Parts: sequence; C-alpha cells; structure tokens
Amino acid sequence: MLGVGLAAVAAGLRGASGTAVAAPAAAAPDASASIKVGVLHSLSGTMAISETTLKDVMLMLIADQNAKGGLLGRKLEPVVVDPASNWPLFAEKARQLLSVDKAAAVFGCWTSVSRKSVLPVFEELNGILFYPVQYEGQECSRNVFYTGAAPNQQAIPAVDYLMGEGKVQRWVLAGTDYVYPRTTNQILEAYLKLKGVAPADILINYTPFGFSDWQTIVAQIKAFGSAGKKTAVVSTINGDANVPFYKELGNQGIKATDIPVVAFSVGEEELAGMDTKPLVGHLAAWNYFESVDTPENTAFIDGWHKFIKNAKRTTNDPMEAHYIGFNMWVKAVEKAGTIAPDAVIDAMIGVSVPNLSAGYAAMMPNHHLTKPVLIGEIGDDGQFDIVSQTPGLVVAQEWSPYVAETKDLIGDWRKPLSCGAFNVKTSTCGAGGGKHA
Amino acid sequence: MRRLACLLIAACLALGLAGAARADDAVAALAAPGFERTRTAVVALGRSGDPRALPVIVALHDGALYVRTDHALFIRAPAGFVDAATGVPAPEVAPNTVKKVRVNNAVREAINDALGALRLFASDPSARIAAAQAVFHAHDPHALAALDQALAKESHPEVREAMVQARAAALLFAPDASTPDRLAAVATLRARGGMDARSLLDQMTGQPPAVAAAAASAVTSIDRTLQLWNLVQGVYYGISLGSILLLAAAGLAITFGVMGVINMAHGEMVMLGAYTTFVVQGLVLAFVPALSAVSVLIAIPAAFAVSGVLGIVIERTLIRWLYGRPLETLLATWGLSLILQQAVRTVFGASNRAVSTPPWMSGEGHLGGLTLTYNRLAIIVFAFLVLAGLMAVLRFTSLGLRMRAVTQNRLMASAMGIRTPRIDALTFGLGSGVAGMAGVALSQIDNVSPNLGQGYIIDCFMVVVFGGVGNLWGTVVGALTLGIANKFLEPVAGAVLGKIVVLVMIILFIQRKPRGLFPLKGRAAEA
Repeated sequence: MLGVGLAAVAAGLRGASGTAVAAPAAAAPDASASIKVGVLHSLSGTMAISETTLKDVMLMLIADQNAKGGLLGRKLEPVVVDPASNWPLFAEKARQLLSVDKAAAVFGCWTSVSRKSVLPVFEELNGILFYPVQYEGQECSRNVFYTGAAPNQQAIPAVDYLMGEGKVQRWVLAGTDYVYPRTTNQILEAYLKLKGVAPADILINYTPFGFSDWQTIVAQIKAFGSAGKKTAVVSTINGDANVPFYKELGNQGIKATDIPVVAFSVGEEELAGMDTKPLVGHLAAWNYFESVDTPENTAFIDGWHKFIKNAKRTTNDPMEAHYIGFNMWVKAVEKAGTIAPDAVIDAMIGVSVPNLSAGYAAMMPNHHLTKPVLIGEIGDDGQFDIVSQTPGLVVAQEWSPYVAETKDLIGDWRKPLSCGAFNVKTSTCGAGGGKHA
Repeated sequence: MRRLACLLIAACLALGLAGAARADDAVAALAAPGFERTRTAVVALGRSGDPRALPVIVALHDGALYVRTDHALFIRAPAGFVDAATGVPAPEVAPNTVKKVRVNNAVREAINDALGALRLFASDPSARIAAAQAVFHAHDPHALAALDQALAKESHPEVREAMVQARAAALLFAPDASTPDRLAAVATLRARGGMDARSLLDQMTGQPPAVAAAAASAVTSIDRTLQLWNLVQGVYYGISLGSILLLAAAGLAITFGVMGVINMAHGEMVMLGAYTTFVVQGLVLAFVPALSAVSVLIAIPAAFAVSGVLGIVIERTLIRWLYGRPLETLLATWGLSLILQQAVRTVFGASNRAVSTPPWMSGEGHLGGLTLTYNRLAIIVFAFLVLAGLMAVLRFTSLGLRMRAVTQNRLMASAMGIRTPRIDALTFGLGSGVAGMAGVALSQIDNVSPNLGQGYIIDCFMVVVFGGVGNLWGTVVGALTLGIANKFLEPVAGAVLGKIVVLVMIILFIQRKPRGLFPLKGRAAEA
C-alpha cells in the first residue's frame, strides 16, 4: 500500500492563517435533509481487493449509526464512488464528492499516491478526509485525519521488539521498489544506525511490484544470516509478491526460528489466500489484529459477519481505523453541533473514542491517533498470535526525527499555532507557512 | 563389589528421582503464563531426561497441549484429553474449559532443541540424524552427556557422523573443554563445511588463541568452498529461471517464430493454463481426494487441451483474417488479451487463487554444497521434456512435416495437397497448448491471478527475438542465457537494475544482430 512521496510535501501551500474558502460542504441549510458521507475507495482495478472491504465496512458503520437515530437528528447517507485504482480519477471523484454531493466528510484512499492525488482538492475545497492506512508519514494536512499508523507506530516498535526479545543484530530491509518502502527503510536505516548497528550489518534490497523469482534474493538473505549473528528480515514487500517470497523461504528451509520475517503489509486479508503452515512464527506489526481478545472486538466481528453475510470474512487493521475515524467524526459533529468543516476540524482534536483492543484512541493536534502497537506471530490457522503489545498508547510522529530534513518539524493544528510543519528551531511554519507542508 | 553395585543403584535411583522431580517442576512451570517461563520450562524438561518429557514437548510442538484454569496440563489426543503429568486419560475435561498453551519463536526454538536431545535414541536412523542436526543447531553443552551415550551405542555410519559433528559443536561452547578437544572440534567443523558450521565458528568468543586461530583459518577455508558452490548455485538459479522462460516462450516460438503471428494474448494462454490447474485441483480434491498429490500431473494434459482448443478457436475466428497484417494482428490480439483477463476476473474473482504444491515438489535437496529446491528442479525437468516433445512432434510426425512445409513455402505446400488453413489452425493450437502447459508450471511458483500472463509476455518476446525467430534451439539458448545473466546480475545490481541492464544488453545485441543468435538462413529466411 502507500504510494508517492516525501518530496511532494510542497503541494498546496497557502497563507499562514489557513482561512477557509467558502465552505461548500456546509451549504445544506435544510435541517431535515440527510447528511452525506463520501466513500472514496477503489471498487475495481488492482487495489479493489483491499479497498472493497473498506467500502463495505463504511456502509456497515453508517447503517449502524442510522439505526441509532442518525446524527444531529438527521439521517446519514453514504455516497459511494469508484475511483477505479486510477490516481488522477481519485482527485476527480473527490472534487465531485465535495462540490456536487456536498459530502460532510469523506472516508477513503489506500495507497499514498492516491492520497497525494486528492490532497490539493481537499485543501482547496476545505473538505475532510479520513485516511485509514498505515503510511510513511512526513505529511500533516489540516484537512486530513490520519487514522492509520505513522512509522513510529508500526515499524520502529517492530524493530525494537526484534532487537530486544529476538536479540537480532543483523538486519535485512527488503521492500518493493516505490515510495512507501523507500521512505520507511530510510527512516529505519537511520534508526538502526542510531542504535549502534554497523552499516555492514544492514542489507537493503528492493524488488519490483509482482516479483516472483525470489531464489537469489532468499539465498542472499540466507547467506547474510549465517554470519554468526541473529538476523531478521524487515519486509515492506507489498501486494501479491509476498506469496512467492514466503513460498521460497519455505522451500529453502528458512524457518521463523532461524530468520524471522516481520512484515508491515501482510494482514489477515493477505494470509487468507496463503497456506500458512510454512509461515508459522513469522511476524507482522499492526495496531489491530482480528485475534484481539476483547468484547468490543468480538462484537465488531459479529456485526461485520452479519452485515457481510459471510462468517469467513476476516477483519483487519484499516477496518479498525475506519471504525475509529467514523466514531470520532460522529463525536466531533455532535460536539460542534454542526457539520461545517471548520468547526468539525477544530472539534476533532482531543476527541477520544474506544478502539477495539480495550483502549482509547485520541485525536492528537497533529491529526494522527494514539495507537497501541501489536506484534503478532502467524499461526497455522491464518490468524495472528499476539506476542507483544506496547504497555501504553503510542503518539504518532508525523515528521520523522530520524531524517535530517524533518527532525525539527512538528504539526499542531490547534490555534493559534495552526501549522502542519512548524520548525521548532527556526520558529517558522513550513516552507511557505502553509496549510499543509 | 556388591556394595559398589548397591551404591551405583542407589545413586541412579537418586538421580532418577531428582530428574523426575525436576521434570514435575518443569511441567508445572509450563502451565504458568508468559513465554519466557514456558521457554525455561521446555529447556529444563529437555535436560531432565525424563521419559515423560517427550510426549509433553511433542504435544507442545504440535499445539496439542492445553492448560486448565487450575494450571493442570492436558494433552489433546484423538480419543480425548490425557493428563500431561501422569499420562492418564482425563475424560472429564471439556474442550471449552481448557486453553491452548501458547508458544512464540523463542519457545519454538527451545522445543526444537529439546526434541533433538530427546530423540537421539529414537529407533529410526533418519530421526536420529534429524535429532543430531537439531543438537548441532542448538550447540548446547548440556547435550554432551546424552551425545556421548548415544555415540557409544551408535553403529550407523551416517548417524555417527552427524552425532560427531553435533558433539564438536556442543564441545566448542562448553566452558570446561580442553584446548586439544577444541582444536579437534574445529577440525571436525572445518571438514563439515557449509554455512551452519561457518556461522558457529564465527560465533565463538573467549577461546584460547590457538583455537581462535584455527577457527579463523577454518572460516576462510569454508568461505572459499562456499564461494565456489555459490557460483554453481547461481548457474542453477539461472537455469531454473531460464527453464521458466523457455516454457513460456516455447509456444511463442511456434506461433511467432514459425507462423509469424504476433500474438499478444500468448500470456493469457499461460494464465488460462494456470487457472486450469486450479480448477483441476479443486475437482480432484472434491471427487478423488486420493489423487490430490498428482493433480498437478493431471492438470498438464487438461491445460494443454484448454489452451490448445482456445488457440484453434482464436485462429479460426480472428487471426486467419489478419495474416500478413502484423499491426492489425498485434492490436486485435492485445484486445483479446484484455477480454480474456476480464473474463477470468469475472468468473474467478479479482483475488489470487491458491494452487497448492504437492508434497513431493516441496522442500529442498542437497548435492554437495548445492541446494536444489524440488519445485524448481521439477520445472527444469518438465521444461526440457516439453521441449523434447515439441521437437519430436515437429521432426517425426506427419503433422510436424506439414507444419514445416507450410511455414517454409506456403504456396508449394498448398500445391502438394496440404490443407494449409487446417495446418495453420493446428500449429496455432499447438503453440497455445504448450503455453497452457507452461501455466501449470507457473502456478507452482507464481500467483495465479488474471494478470499472470502480462508479467511474462515481454520476456517471451525477448527470448524469441534474442534467440532468433523460427528456431527452437535459439529459443533454448536465448532463454538460458537470459536466465543466467539475470540471476548473476541480481545479487550485484539488485532486481530492478539487473533487469534494466539485461534489456539494454539485448537492445545493443539486436543492433548488431537483428535476426538474433541463430538466424534462419537461406530461402526459409525470406519466406
């Protein structure tokens, strides 16, 4: 998942105050009319496999809220559009949702490239986007609420776990060749070096999308792992290239006890299509697993199975992110008493709702969530056995402290600062003092 | 004498009792929550030497060990629960009152190590070898006593060798071993060679200088051998990739190379072969589960038939109107490839389909320092069988004779009474059928998805053009060259850059030799 860029952060810079353009989404004066909620997920094309589930979960959440009497006494009405895994089409559909359908909030996007594509539209039309997927960070827009994990809420704790519990000293950073893995690995490499790992003990490897002939690379990992130090693979390999990768690991007899692989993009949905017996013990880091044993989660899974009419469908981390994001939006609208975007954006900060692992998710001033970090080992039933959980909640670092260009930046959308990229050294806001840096 | 015997017996009893007591404690500790405690308990159980330890650890290994709220442990057997401490059946235990004892990687590692030590006395020699290898991997000095005991009784030469190596590994990490013993152990490991031995020698710290020097020289020597084997291994990987390219391109070598049809839907024929494998597997599992291990073999003729018949239909309905118009053929077949992809997506869904690998195709074998993965080995063999079959058809059958006649001189062949349209259809069907068989092989190593073919079509054309159009031998050499070049570039330049380098090399090569490695000569070349 997650697409294009760190460098694209300069998009959409505007005046420092971030004054709102005439708020189109608030233009429904009729108090009895329904409130429109936009759902912007690909229902066709390559991303459909992952995103269709998120559309379904949004429909379920909206139906549940309507059953509870709607919002501000009005019914919620989902507006589902299909951007067809086509990044420019995401921007068009976002424009349609905001200016034609007057959606009060939009829940959508999966890859970072699609998010980058709609970002200028949301900033221009002052809309609200809830983005539910773990991503590479290095972004903080006033109009986006990032309900997925930032790197320090997934990648860094996973590395810490392996370093501590797994006593790992040698690292292979393997990823698909595009922006999310490259940015994440850049952060991880800086972090590992900071922790005293020698450059000779880090191997970085990139492969194209859909790569299938893993023989030499797995052999390389095996050789790298036989230098007498415990070795682990940190995998940002994306999509279906994971299947032949894990198959080849099994074929070459690399077990999780020899060289564990911790993945950031392999969840319940991806495991559903794989034979998990040879994968037992390999790890994944997320903020939610279907196997979380809490009454809230059981209720959520039951509700999902009833709604989708299939008891075999799995739940996953981005679904929980939408669950949290939607409940937060409902709370913020109730708090603000209106769906006007400026009021809701201000009301969002500080809202906290229960997550599915018996804790609370709070919306921080940087528009990211507090999250628990869970490490799971793949079990032979295709589910994750949770082997580690952070004792408290982790606050997102939207700007990585391990990357030289961003280590002094913070995002804080509370007044009077209201800045997505405030440099604490120079006390200036962003490159042009913008809405979004 | 009798007093001595008495003493011995008493000592043994005491030891046995102490062992039993330790085992009881360890079993009890297994019931406590926390991975670290479970791990320590497994280690203690493994060292206790108690006969009851084995079933408990095996149960833990298989995920059949359960704990009740009062910390009593039970093993789930087919007939019902059994008390883990006593081995007595416990029919009163209901499944919903007990919870599975959870394990993580650290515990799994301890289990494997403990099982190794406990199984050294197994009756099956291969189990004893596996046990010795596990002990080698664990190199736990506590296993030395058990190893010595096992070695004293062992007569099987291979098992002995494995045990001697395991003993050497454990000895190196024993704090009280003497320097000559250590030197002997280093020599044993040096003779064993391989990555594991190298890794162990690298891990040793705090050794006497003589041992450290011997270890360092052993590491250098092992490295030298490993490098040599790596080279051979690289060639194997290259042949493996080459054989896949060969399989995928062999059909194209017929349709494009022999008939001159630019078939952009060739990849989809491969994809359909892979989906046929999926369907055949499902059918076999549903109707004759006994044959599921060979369902891949059953899928081979089925895939040939599906893709072949479809190829004939395509030739009769689409391509025959377009002979001699390469641009239109290219566009029409490209459109066809999109139609086929979407059709498969509609029928089977957008998500990938899992084709399972039969047990005889999983795992790896060793040949010296060479690691041969069975699935790749099977594909290499299959690729060359398909090639041999194809050549036999072209060379020795009357259909092959007619095909060659038509492609060499269509008018003359027609004048001799050969029904050229029929031969065209059959040739295209043959090429497509071979592509279908390639799909069976690909289903074993790649994702069975509607996009499967797209990933191979460019490579296929590259192989055929590089090898020389119209020449099967050229295709063989082209496929293997590209495979080996790719696999040697990959570790050096990375997968992305490696591919680019290969492409640039091909472009340069085509500039020099536009007709490929083995161009057709004489009148056939002008046809």
